[in-house]
Amino acid sequence: MELITPGLGLVFWMVLSFSVILFILKKFAWKPILKALKERENTIDTALKSADKAREEMGQLKAENERIIIEAKNVRDSLLKEARQVKDKLISEAKQKANSEANKIIADAKRKIENEKEAALDEIKNQVAGFSVEIAEKILKKKLEKTKDQQDLINELIDEIKIN
Amino acid sequence: MHKNFRKSVLIFIILLAFVLIPNGFAFENRDEDEKENSVKTEHEKEKFAPGSFIFDHVSDSYEWHILSVKDFHVSIPLPVIVYSKESGLHSFWSSKLHHGHSEYKGFCISQTEADEGKIVEIMEDGTEVKPLDFSISKNVFAVFISMGFLFWIFISIAQKYKNKKAPSGFQNAMEPLILFIRDDIAKPVIGEVKYEKYMPFLLTIFFFILINNLLGLVPIPPGGANVTGNLAVTGVLALFTLLVTSINGSKYYWQEIFNAPGVPFWMKIPIPLMPVIEILGMFTKPFVLMVRLFANIAAGHIIAMGFFSLIFIFGDIIPLLGYAVSPVTLAFTVFMTIIELLVAFVQAYVFTLLSAIYFGMATAEHH
Repeated sequence: MELITPGLGLVFWMVLSFSVILFILKKFAWKPILKALKERENTIDTALKSADKAREEMGQLKAENERIIIEAKNVRDSLLKEARQVKDKLISEAKQKANSEANKIIADAKRKIENEKEAALDEIKNQVAGFSVEIAEKILKKKLEKTKDQQDLINELIDEIKIN
Repeated sequence: MHKNFRKSVLIFIILLAFVLIPNGFAFENRDEDEKENSVKTEHEKEKFAPGSFIFDHVSDSYEWHILSVKDFHVSIPLPVIVYSKESGLHSFWSSKLHHGHSEYKGFCISQTEADEGKIVEIMEDGTEVKPLDFSISKNVFAVFISMGFLFWIFISIAQKYKNKKAPSGFQNAMEPLILFIRDDIAKPVIGEVKYEKYMPFLLTIFFFILINNLLGLVPIPPGGANVTGNLAVTGVLALFTLLVTSINGSKYYWQEIFNAPGVPFWMKIPIPLMPVIEILGMFTKPFVLMVRLFANIAAGHIIAMGFFSLIFIFGDIIPLLGYAVSPVTLAFTVFMTIIELLVAFVQAYVFTLLSAIYFGMATAEHH
């Protein structure tokens, strides 16, 4: 059976050929091919990694931005709040001041009025005294005339005072 | 650069054709007296013998037979190189042997049962002696052709990789296979650390088997030789796997073989039962590789040829029946060839995978 008895010559040539194929292909084909494939994979890998990194950095930047915006908003709010407080304080202070000023003015005015009033009363008193003296004078001048007349005169004088 | 390489390959093929054509495509008619002989046996020769028809196809030969029409043979002659102890080294074209019908320099193709189809030297006393036969037979020549194909394909692809451009053309067809062997065979089986060392061998063995399987399916030269369906070829491939396994075997691998841990001592001393079994196992692994590839490819060829033979077997009964059967057998043969195409890939894969598994086992650090 030739089919299952390996020929020596064929074995010899096959060993030779396969060794040559193995050697040549290893040196001129597999090494460059495998090297190129590995390099390409590494390139893709690093590209992907750097893309990932960039994306991460972008995310970080975005978060940072958001944080800054929120901070800015907070600052603005607090500034506004402060301003409002200051305003309120100012207003209330102003109001207080105005009130106290007004009170003072009013008090002054009251005091002045009082003074004026007193002065006026004094004057009135003085005038009344004067009038009284005048009346007394006139009464005295008409002393001996009719009693009725005297009475009338007195009434008249009193009316006069009333008017004053 | 690879354009130049392609050109040189083309020139090589043309030169080869020039060498072959004058010598061969030996269109020859047999001698007159031989014809008379054949007349006597004409009746017997008329009968189609499927056994020898198939056998001639699947076995090695000294010439590359292309076709025969009646007594008109067309074949590519190949160099016969023999070394005889009596008369020294001889080399001549196989066409001198006239397809085994005549002798040359005392050599002829034996017709005896023991050495049928082999070249023998006829001694003076008429006995036949087998010389050392280093002929470039059909299978050797087919191996050379596949070697040429492998160099052409992969060196030109390697040039493309050196250019560092996006992959293109045939490179795209080969890259998935290369990556498949690397990522699905070598890496998981041998391990991330050590696989790189074995990649050249695994790739070479895969593509060598694949290209020879595929060329074997092509019915005309440069295809048609039954290279991977030859026990010598698969044996050498398995031998290489055994060599690589043994050379790279770790301390633990050899310890497993000669002094397997965890086995009771009486299995080793006084009768070294376990070592014997382990050593046998060392050789049965590549032996199985050899037989599996050979049997699968040879069987595929035999079945395909068997379907073809049906045409002639029926044609021998009634010629019309042969014609009637031919579409059916043709359909069967096409079907078989498609299956063979699958087998070509599967067997190349299996051989590579099992080789990788053996390497992985041999280099494993511990169990």
